[in-house]
Amino acid sequence: MNKLNRREFIKKTTNTAAISILPGVFLQTVNAKGADVKNRWGMLIDTRGCGDCKNECITACHSEHAVKSFDRPQTDSQWIRKVTVKNRKTSHTMALPIMCQHCEKPACVDVCPTGASFKRVDGIVLVDRHICIGCRYCMMACPYKARNFVHENLSEQNTISPRGKGTVEACTMCVHRIDKDGAKAKTACQQACPKNSIIFGDLNDKNSGISKKLKAMGARQIRADLNLNPAVLYQGLDL
Amino acid sequence: MKKQTSFSQFSNNSFFYWSLLVLFGGIILIGLLAVHQMEHHGHHITGMSQQIVWGLPHVFAIFLIVAASGALNISSMSSVFNRTHYKPLSRLSAMLSICLLAGGLAVLVLDLGRPDRLIVAMTHYNFKSIFAWNIILYNGFFAIVFVYIWMMMEQKMNKFSKLAGFFAFLWRLILTTGTGSIFGFLFAREAYDAAIMGPMFVIMSFSFGLAFFMLVMGLLYKLDGRQIGDYVFNKLRKLLGVFIAAVLYFVIVKHLTNLYAAEHTDMEYFMLFGDNIYTQLFWYGQVLLGGLLPLIMLYGPLCKKSRLTGYLAAFLVVLGGLIQIYVIVIGGQAYPLVLFPGMEVTSSFFDGTINSYIPSKYEIALGVSGVAITLLAIVFASRILPVAADNLSDEYVNPHFKKK
Repeated sequence: MNKLNRREFIKKTTNTAAISILPGVFLQTVNAKGADVKNRWGMLIDTRGCGDCKNECITACHSEHAVKSFDRPQTDSQWIRKVTVKNRKTSHTMALPIMCQHCEKPACVDVCPTGASFKRVDGIVLVDRHICIGCRYCMMACPYKARNFVHENLSEQNTISPRGKGTVEACTMCVHRIDKDGAKAKTACQQACPKNSIIFGDLNDKNSGISKKLKAMGARQIRADLNLNPAVLYQGLDL
Repeated sequence: MKKQTSFSQFSNNSFFYWSLLVLFGGIILIGLLAVHQMEHHGHHITGMSQQIVWGLPHVFAIFLIVAASGALNISSMSSVFNRTHYKPLSRLSAMLSICLLAGGLAVLVLDLGRPDRLIVAMTHYNFKSIFAWNIILYNGFFAIVFVYIWMMMEQKMNKFSKLAGFFAFLWRLILTTGTGSIFGFLFAREAYDAAIMGPMFVIMSFSFGLAFFMLVMGLLYKLDGRQIGDYVFNKLRKLLGVFIAAVLYFVIVKHLTNLYAAEHTDMEYFMLFGDNIYTQLFWYGQVLLGGLLPLIMLYGPLCKKSRLTGYLAAFLVVLGGLIQIYVIVIGGQAYPLVLFPGMEVTSSFFDGTINSYIPSKYEIALGVSGVAITLLAIVFASRILPVAADNLSDEYVNPHFKKK
């Protein structure tokens, strides 16, 4: 048997290591478009089409992220929900979908003890499920009740949106689609809306569809008084 | 002239003593089994939900943590404020504060969605989070109070005990302010979002901690057949009365301030005059049972000389304290988040509705096991370390004692 000298040993070890690691590094590099500080992704929702819809946006979101009901309404997750608002004096009623509002100054990120709640440079607020300890302080802090705690054992998850029992989750603004297609991406809720009431786009780009519509028509934020500057804006919030 | 105080371990070997230890151990075991069930099946088996995210375990955990910093007060009285008659109590007070914190933190950690990730909480810090600061403050409290106890017990280090006591006192003030600020910083919820929460928790700690200390001291001394004189007991009794009144004062100020602001009026009416369990718990549990009744028992002319009413008052303060934290934690979440002020809001996610909560047997077991951990720890600690004064009768405690 040939004896391996030191130089050959180092050479072979380095080569083996490089062959094993490089494909992984390469694949990661190819797939990860990553967040860009130039962007601030947001959504504009025209609520005038929401009253009589069949909750297509909710079905699509929950299907995209494999959010299933266990027939326990108190503990089931709802990443997006339809809220009905009624003016007590005039009885005027309207409906709108509410999900994570991807605030510029998110309370959930501020209060998270481990940093599991974080905001990407492009404004998308996410939960790092690897370091979420399930303390639920972000749920206490969120003014929009957008966060959910996973109360159940999960199965049949979608790889694009891993979830975990005992951790907190919320709308990701379909970040997997954004990272793949950038400004051309469509969120699952947007794609499903039969009335095209949801527009996704870059709030920082003056020429984007969302920015033009905002300039022309204006929009409102929910609880704008809290000064969190949410990236989800609404039209037709006339109460 | 007053006699010199000596300290020694408790050495009780009665059947009752060992039965108590077995009882505490059994409760802890049941608590751990409950945690196993919660972690195995998920939190859906508890009474908690997407609406009430912090339940009964948090109530017990917060009570014990708040009482922990308060229990240290008796020790601070002697080292920081030169009240020498509290010196014989200072070791036990410091040791109990550590045991209370251990019990509270155990419950808090075991109620996490992922308690197995405790190491993550210790290694990843978001310094903007008051919760993260609390983790540092809790760990620091253990370290500082351990050093403080060591300095009190080691004769060579006695000269530094005053300094350590002062540092521990400052640390505990910051710690309890931090615990209160966990709620005070929650601007999204009507029932919290108030700077007064920090100082209110400090004064609550004074009251709950002293009451818990009196009960533990009474139990341990009774079991070992040691004496507690009228002098020290009356000092503690009067002090507890002052703290109870101070808590009531803070509660009145907090609610009056909220009532004044139109944006909080609905929530205040829900809490104070609503047709719900929280209103009843507030008036009958927190104010009457945990406030006014103990005050009468401690200061009333008929019962102020009775040792039993003193202990009963302390027990009511503990019970009222638990109820007060229940009202704060659960009641505060039961009142819905305000998405559109002044509007009526409904959804399949229970927006706009008063949220209901019934604690499950798992949560009750976990919460009570926190108290058992505290009691088992203090019984164990006082058996292996000389933390308790041999005699607390007047001739050992009263600096102006004169033989009749």
